[in-house]
Amino acid sequence: MRLEYHVVGRDFQAAGGAAAKIKRTLRQIGIDAETARRVGIVAYEAEMNIVIHAYRGTVGIDILPERVNIYADDEGPGISDIALAMQVGYSTAPEDIREMGFGAGLGLPNMKRYSDELEVESQVGSGTSIRAVINLPTKEGS
Amino acid sequence: MQLRDVARILEAEVLTGEDKLDLTVEAGCGCDLISDMLAFTKERMIVLTGLVSPQIIRAAEMVDLVAIVFVRGKRPTPDIIELSNELGLPIMCTHYPLYESAGLLFTAGLPGWRHWPRAVGGAKDAP
Ligand SMILES: Nc1ncnc2c1ncn2[C@@H]1O[C@H](COP(=O)(O)OP(=O)(O)OP(=O)(O)O)[C@@H](O)[C@H]1O
Ligand SMILES: [Mg+2]
Repeated sequence: MRLEYHVVGRDFQAAGGAAAKIKRTLRQIGIDAETARRVGIVAYEAEMNIVIHAYRGTVGIDILPERVNIYADDEGPGISDIALAMQVGYSTAPEDIREMGFGAGLGLPNMKRYSDELEVESQVGSGTSIRAVINLPTKEGS
Repeated sequence: MQLRDVARILEAEVLTGEDKLDLTVEAGCGCDLISDMLAFTKERMIVLTGLVSPQIIRAAEMVDLVAIVFVRGKRPTPDIIELSNELGLPIMCTHYPLYESAGLLFTAGLPGWRHWPRAVGGAKDAP
């Protein structure tokens, strides 16, 4: 099962809506609360990075029997130094964005922390792609 | 403690979720940054914040927060109240500043993250 949503840069009215729909859908189809929360957080951070740092993009998930794949692709300025962007506290968010509560420089670190695998690819002047994997709990474990 | 104890201790005005005051709260966190909140909170926690923004409500849904308390007499805008109603998220506001609100709840027995019994994974790097 695949879900995909369009995300528009600087649209703070709709921002966070895609992640909310993803999380609700996971709960509705019976995915456990902890997994749904982790997918929701990763999708939310990816969605907000498109809203804040890029022009437009898509956020989506593929639900497989043993895992959830999360993807986010945008057209935007790209990230020139991914290792630097992944550091806790690094942020280029402007002042007006910080006033809304963003710019801790924790979005990418949160994605890393809540996912089992994370890949960030970026082309400066073109855009950024995020791939995250969250494994579903095994039957015995949950 | 229950959410109604939080409201009583902080002399808070409950704006949404009046019907959920018997929910259990196990820990609290003060944050003014969205990503901080996503990093350091979990279900059965409340967040005290001075940040009046619809985004904090969206983020609260992601972590299954019990409630949000707006401090320092800050009043959420109608769009925030509407979104909280829609999501069934209790929100309240208190005239106490952040530090005093946290102190009052802590003294009454509500711990912070460090005491959180089920903290997973990154608990060691939590504040
Ligand atoms: N999709 C993107 N396009 C372009 N630049 C990005 C993108 N995502 C992240 N960045 C860059 O990487 C930096 C770090 O991102 P991260 O999500 O960790 O922090 P932030 O968005 O600045 O703040 P926070 O997520 O804590 O609100 C950003 O400030 C920005 O410079
Ligand atoms: Mg971010």
